[in-house]
Amino acid sequence: MSFWSRHQIFEKNSIVLIGGILVVIAIGGLVEITPLFYLKSTIEAVDGVRPYTPLELTGRNVYVREGCYLCHSQMVRPLRDEVERYGHYSLAAESMYDHPFQWGSKRTGPDLARVGAKYSDEWHVTHLINPRAIVPQSVMPGYAFLAETEVDVAGMADHLRTSRTVGVPYSDDQIAHAVNDLKAQADPDNAGVDAFTKRYPKAVARNFDGKPGTPTEMDALVAYLQMLGTLVDFKLYNEKANLR
Amino acid sequence: MNQSQTAKSMTHGEAGLAIVFAASAFLCLLAAAQALDTAFAFHASLACAASLWAAFAIVNRYYDRPAALPPKEINGRPNYNMGPVKFSAVMAMFWGIAGFAVGLLIASQLAWPALNFDLPWTSFGRLRPLHTSAVIFAFGGNVLIATSFYVVQKTCRARLAGDLAPWFVVIGYNFFILIAGTGYLLGVTQSKEYAEPEWYADLWLTIVWVAYLLVFLMTIVKRKEPHIFVANWFYLAFIVTIAVLHLGNNPALPVSVWGSKSYIAWGGVQDAMFQWWYGHNAVGFFLTAGFLAIMYYFIPKRAERPVYSCRLSIIHFWAIIFLYIWAGPHHLHYTALPDWAQTLGMTFSIMLWMPSWGGMINGMLTLSGAWDKLRTDPVLRMLVVSVAFYGMATFEGPLMSIKVVNSLSHYTDWTIGHVHSGALGWVGFVSFGALYCLFPWLWDRKGLYSLKLVNWHFWIATIGIVLYISSMWVSGILQGLMWRAYTSLGFLEYSFIESVEAMHPFYIIRAAGGALFLIGALIMAFNLWMTVYASEAEMTSPVALQPAE
Repeated sequence: MSFWSRHQIFEKNSIVLIGGILVVIAIGGLVEITPLFYLKSTIEAVDGVRPYTPLELTGRNVYVREGCYLCHSQMVRPLRDEVERYGHYSLAAESMYDHPFQWGSKRTGPDLARVGAKYSDEWHVTHLINPRAIVPQSVMPGYAFLAETEVDVAGMADHLRTSRTVGVPYSDDQIAHAVNDLKAQADPDNAGVDAFTKRYPKAVARNFDGKPGTPTEMDALVAYLQMLGTLVDFKLYNEKANLR
Repeated sequence: MNQSQTAKSMTHGEAGLAIVFAASAFLCLLAAAQALDTAFAFHASLACAASLWAAFAIVNRYYDRPAALPPKEINGRPNYNMGPVKFSAVMAMFWGIAGFAVGLLIASQLAWPALNFDLPWTSFGRLRPLHTSAVIFAFGGNVLIATSFYVVQKTCRARLAGDLAPWFVVIGYNFFILIAGTGYLLGVTQSKEYAEPEWYADLWLTIVWVAYLLVFLMTIVKRKEPHIFVANWFYLAFIVTIAVLHLGNNPALPVSVWGSKSYIAWGGVQDAMFQWWYGHNAVGFFLTAGFLAIMYYFIPKRAERPVYSCRLSIIHFWAIIFLYIWAGPHHLHYTALPDWAQTLGMTFSIMLWMPSWGGMINGMLTLSGAWDKLRTDPVLRMLVVSVAFYGMATFEGPLMSIKVVNSLSHYTDWTIGHVHSGALGWVGFVSFGALYCLFPWLWDRKGLYSLKLVNWHFWIATIGIVLYISSMWVSGILQGLMWRAYTSLGFLEYSFIESVEAMHPFYIIRAAGGALFLIGALIMAFNLWMTVYASEAEMTSPVALQPAE
């Protein structure tokens, strides 16, 4: 029986054909994906990476909602020009609490993986309201409506709880105080700021949008942008220990 | 007439589905009342209205139909079920034009940002998924469903399995598109490229897709031909693999069952790998395997020649579905994905060149002895040129997956150009060719209303594609080179915004190319409309007339 006539078993039996397809397509995915869940070297050992604060998480959800990832990557590649332009190349550990990841695939605008603390809050607010007010050649849409939209704080604890279920290590304490922490981070005069910074070490409480009153989506988005890429202290990072 | 005299009664399927839809209408009403956000309330109301309509339509159809369901065969010939095929074919044309128009709008936004109007629902970030989903899943998906339901019936010589099931598939799928598309405008997205719809839309799609697989598979099972035709292998691989990819990439936990927001189960690097395992194989199985099935049926049919090589199809089939799955990591070169995975992705992407060109050769050489038809039949020309674009895009792809090339091309417009040479040239043209074949066949017309208009469509769209991809090659490579340019003193030569500024003329050329492609599609829609409403009907005599010798 020749090789070609043996193939008839697939051509004459639909269930065998489906079985064959499933086996053949399973191999590549299994080999490439499963080791990422158990190889220790997949995610570097670093200090400083923490879950997002409630305000940052809200800002991140605005970033996702508005499709920012379609024009801005968050993944600095280990290439000379990128490291000089944006900063230290990105580590897997820096996005380990990202559900979903926001590495992006296109740079119509610049990479944002290390945009945190590069510009002032006021720069971000002005730029988000009208990008061409600061960068005349920019092709970015304006997002003035964010400054007018108040953050829906009510379900914040549920967001943290859901994140914990999918693997982000929020503590019971952080979940219980989600709403207070969100308000505290957008208002430096809030009585809860000390408790907030205890729960989220090195997080900064500021009035990000520069306006008094309840937190807006502008507060949230700027808080998120200002922490991007700032969690790992690269002066202390041991590159050799994490060679893969 | 061979109608049975038995009393009319509802089938289990009719009664069951009517009850399910009535229950679903009630549940959706509850969800709309409980909704935590307006988008979810809107979608729940839409689903409630659609469920009510579906329940009503099923009952109404029952009262209108004769007691017996349509027979499987009439006088020994299969009684094909072409209603759902017609529906999908028309929807494909509709969504195609909508998707191309949104593409033109967002291309123009990149050239003239004022067109964003600074409103939430008209900004680039929300419209871009609308464009990609409308062209890939709405246009491409309806073309795939229409052609697969047509081809599987004809090549199996069997009526489409199920009575309501095929209608459930085509209408359910288009309802998914409606939910997904309106969701993007309202900011409902999980931000995974080409898998943006949120958890509830994903669940609905899962149900529809399982029904699609069952209808397709059961039709094959009931076939009158001993062999399963090669096009059906490709359709089957497409349907099965898309199901696996959809389930693998989308597991998410909603914050509340009454709200649209969810968090995806995977995080960081694993999520990235899952995403591009999915993303690249949406290309590999949705936009390639499915459309290769179209190639394997429509080109031989239109050229009236057999497929060039049966053995080559066997190798082509198994090699392409085995190798494609590995190629995902080439979207993640030089990222925080471990190097071993990147290397595997690159290696398999390069190997993928071979089966891709094997398939291209098999399609092209099917024209052996019929090449003269390219001069006289613009529909066949469209089909063949699509295969040529396929060959070009599948050479460019492996090239771009090489890490050093990718270090330049990644994040730039080169990727956009590459995608569109495949999407406009291959998927677009093979779909147009298939629809130009299908409409006269489905509506029993002698031929198309005007072959001259097909010729106009062909040339306008081809010029559009050339403008599109050449402008994106230039802008992409320019961008990549500007980003890595150094002055003689060792400083980066250009700021980022200078590279943005340099893109402006190319973005205008690209938009012009897109406009031409859209104009071509409008000509096509007019031509198909006239074919259905103004063309001469084919004589459908029960006995085929033999030509005089």
